[in-house]
Amino acid sequence: MIEVKNINKSFDGKQILYDISAQFLGGNVNQIIGQSGSGKTVLMKSIIGLFKAESGEVLYDGRNLQEMTEKEVKILRREVGMLFQGSALFDSLTVLGNVMYPLEMFSSMTRIEMEKRAKFCLERVNLIDEKHNLYPGEISGGMQKRVAIARAIALNPKYLFCDEPNSGLDPVTSLVIDKLISDITKEYGITTIVNTHDMNSIMETGDHIILIKGGRKAWEGSKNDIFEKGNPDLEDFVFASDLFKTIRKKKVDNNN
Amino acid sequence: MKRLFEDIGRYCQLMLRVFSRTDNRRMLWKQVPTEMVKLGADSILLIAIISIFMGVIMTMQVILNTENPLLPRYTTGLMLRDTYLLEFSSTIMCLLLAGKVGSNIASEIGSMRVSEQIDAMEIMGVNSANYLIFPKIMGLVIFMPILVTLCVALGLIGGVGVAAFTDLITMDDFVYGLQYAFIPFYFTYSVIKSIVFGFIISSVSAFYGYYAFGGALAVGRASTNAVVKSSIIMLLMDIVLTDLMLT
Repeated sequence: MIEVKNINKSFDGKQILYDISAQFLGGNVNQIIGQSGSGKTVLMKSIIGLFKAESGEVLYDGRNLQEMTEKEVKILRREVGMLFQGSALFDSLTVLGNVMYPLEMFSSMTRIEMEKRAKFCLERVNLIDEKHNLYPGEISGGMQKRVAIARAIALNPKYLFCDEPNSGLDPVTSLVIDKLISDITKEYGITTIVNTHDMNSIMETGDHIILIKGGRKAWEGSKNDIFEKGNPDLEDFVFASDLFKTIRKKKVDNNN
Repeated sequence: MKRLFEDIGRYCQLMLRVFSRTDNRRMLWKQVPTEMVKLGADSILLIAIISIFMGVIMTMQVILNTENPLLPRYTTGLMLRDTYLLEFSSTIMCLLLAGKVGSNIASEIGSMRVSEQIDAMEIMGVNSANYLIFPKIMGLVIFMPILVTLCVALGLIGGVGVAAFTDLITMDDFVYGLQYAFIPFYFTYSVIKSIVFGFIISSVSAFYGYYAFGGALAVGRASTNAVVKSSIIMLLMDIVLTDLMLT
């Protein structure tokens, strides 16, 4: 479980996050949702420690990130996997090389064991053998995301962070990626935090959701609560789309 | 001025991370030969062409512009040798390398920064500064003496070519000049300078790439800064090293 307590963050005197607190449970897909520029990525990077929060605490299963020594942070990092918005695969390495990279850096496995583990992770994200020796530039965006997921789970992480995993993907591939993240989270009991503003993704996998608006936590709940609760900030975000307005209207009509 | 001191501070912090304890020594040193090829060996052709042509041109210019009966004919070989040993093979060659290698390093690391590849390494717990920059510094610094030797040799061969294929100077006069009052320390001086300059090119360029922020424009800006700043720092260091080693 990851717990965030009263996080504040500013850049050059401009406050971006205001006193955010939340709990992200293990085995759940926890989503941070909100419009572009609302502070989702800053919150995620503050939780990971890429940005240093000015005040507040981030607890990884009770371990306070702010109080950790550099060595302890390094150890924690090996328990963390991350899927970046642009995949962030290493251009100079093949698909297999990318997945093997964290193993080569931090495991004491032999080369054969590393290859076996990397191939297992690639198979888990449904990437066939023929693609393993291609470079990231030679595969599609959806495949790159799958390779990035395989790399993120190579070291059996306890915590998985996904920054807008569906950006730039078609709806079908987005569903595949969402399902993959959800399945892996449940299968390995990982604490997963996903940054997204994709409504399909929210309705598909959002076990626990927090809405960020203007750097503040505006709402918290699950995908099942979205149509029930009358939070104005949530409604502004969710029902910006005509499709969801229609779904709600149908729901209200059915209830009546 | 404040920005300058900030940059110096950040550069020192980065270098501390570059030379701090490595996560995986085997993986790190495996990259050094690759960087030696990419940064050093791939520059041989450029250095060779420029060294030979400049050797030819400088020899001809010296002969044509020093028609003074008081100056002995062998002065041409002497001037060419000392120019190459003292300045051309280290300073001028490194200014050329700053353009080729410096921009390459800054744009490569800068692209990794803006495409979040460096963030990905940090998330994994990898010391990205050490993993990315250390092999580049070592690769270039180790290869520098080879480039200096090659540059001097090919420059002098260019001069010999002028003596062999034109009537401007006899081979005896030219070779006598090359051998006249030779001070072996000049070669050591040149190698030391080139090692220092190799460090400056690789570390300063890596610094600008590592701290690139934004998109493609930031990578372009980092490349430009890498070439300009490393050239200026090299020229300043040239004065310091000359003062320290030759006066």
